[in-house]
Amino acid sequence: MKLSYLTVEELAYAAQENGSRISDIVLEEQALSMEKTKEDVYFVMKESFHVMRESVQNGMDPDLRSASGLSGGSAYRMKQAVEQGKNHFGTLFGSALSMALAVAEYNSSMGRIVAAPTAGSCGVLPAALISVMESKQLPEDSVVMSLFTASAIGMVIAKNASISGAEGGCQAEVGTASAMAACALTELLGGTPQMVSNSCAIALKNILGLVCDPVAGLVEVPCIKRNALGVANAFTACELSLAGIQSAIPTEEVIQAMKRIGQQMPSSLKETAEGGLAATPTGCRLCREIFG
Amino acid sequence: MNVFDIVGPVMIGPSSSHTAGAARIGKAARLLLGEEPLEAEILFHGSFAKTYRGHGTDKAVIGGILGFDPWDPRIRDSINLAEEAGINIVISTGTIEDAHPNTVQIRLTGKSKKNVSLQGASVGGGNIQITSINDMLVHFSGQYPTLIVLHHDHPGVIAHVTALVSGCQANIANFRLNRQEKGGLAIMTIEMDQSMDAKAAESILSIPHVVDVVLLKLN
Repeated sequence: MKLSYLTVEELAYAAQENGSRISDIVLEEQALSMEKTKEDVYFVMKESFHVMRESVQNGMDPDLRSASGLSGGSAYRMKQAVEQGKNHFGTLFGSALSMALAVAEYNSSMGRIVAAPTAGSCGVLPAALISVMESKQLPEDSVVMSLFTASAIGMVIAKNASISGAEGGCQAEVGTASAMAACALTELLGGTPQMVSNSCAIALKNILGLVCDPVAGLVEVPCIKRNALGVANAFTACELSLAGIQSAIPTEEVIQAMKRIGQQMPSSLKETAEGGLAATPTGCRLCREIFG
Repeated sequence: MNVFDIVGPVMIGPSSSHTAGAARIGKAARLLLGEEPLEAEILFHGSFAKTYRGHGTDKAVIGGILGFDPWDPRIRDSINLAEEAGINIVISTGTIEDAHPNTVQIRLTGKSKKNVSLQGASVGGGNIQITSINDMLVHFSGQYPTLIVLHHDHPGVIAHVTALVSGCQANIANFRLNRQEKGGLAIMTIEMDQSMDAKAAESILSIPHVVDVVLLKLN
């Protein structure tokens, strides 16, 4: 089987024709193109998933701090709120938020993470998958498989738009991460390949235009909390799609819109730390305090 | 592009360009030196110069110089580990003409007094471009096994080297040559689809006019 990863439609159609999940055809095609066995390719993905699980755990450390001192400890706070029954929107939602913060904070403090698709957006996918896996007691094997669907969606976005904040703003990073997570969840929770495609469209539509404006140019403020936003966005898109709600704009056109918005975005809002939150009085003060 | 370019790489945070890529450039310099370093001079340019402290780019490059991969947790303590190993490190910032914003220049001196210099750019997603070696222009990504041959510009050296490469059944994906002047010192960089045997690579040293050979494997 040949896959070009140029459209989400291609993936959905091929899976439907094959009567399988998107992840099945992606694993098969990747093994062929990498000249490896399916077992070997699956094993590497499983290892990456284990790194994700470790990063969720390690990021919950209450004493975790980044080198700049700007961030750390909020994952622990969120986790405490959930464990003490003080959060308001359910254990699954609260745990997912704390996991997204954990991985993103662990990343900021030089912890070992899996870029998904980037380091700045590395909390979204593990948080979405591991929180749902634990809450619904899903087998690890199906979760690892769903990462192939997430990757394939990421490849389509990378080929047609961008997955780099410097090129496309935060929509390209946390936006892509949330679309990947929404698609993985949709497949994991029994959605059809068409529903997976629809989840991608909805997740991206919800986040189009989000700028990349990191304070002091560091992957901390607002990146860490935007990972929490990403998991909420993934849940939203997945729920809507599994309920049978469709995106009015087709997936491929949404991805094209994302590309054009990225091109139209001024460079001050694309990772240069010259605009947005980075240029606020507080953003500037924090930058001076860190770098003098 | 494959699935592990999207879910991956596994790396030490916080930034694929400012830590993962930086560590790979450091490791490339170490592999080029081919022995324990005693001294390291690191010059950061552009965004690297502005933010290296906040991103831990210094720790990443030093970790690479110690031979660590981008996913090695020891990167966090690399400054202390380098000190324990008795490596003298000097970090400075400056402007390198026409360089990519995430560029670092590394000069290493090894235990045998061997000197190498290397300049590289971290171009996104942990990917790198090595742009100069020993002040000669090169251009390779480290994605492929790369044979670096330092030699004197003399007829037949290239044919000799490439014959050895083909004898190892390694297909050349990319070939570049740069020389300081006619008859002067020159550098060949050969990116290969398949790696070649380390012994065969070493045997290149016995070819007349060849000064040094490194088989660089970053992945």
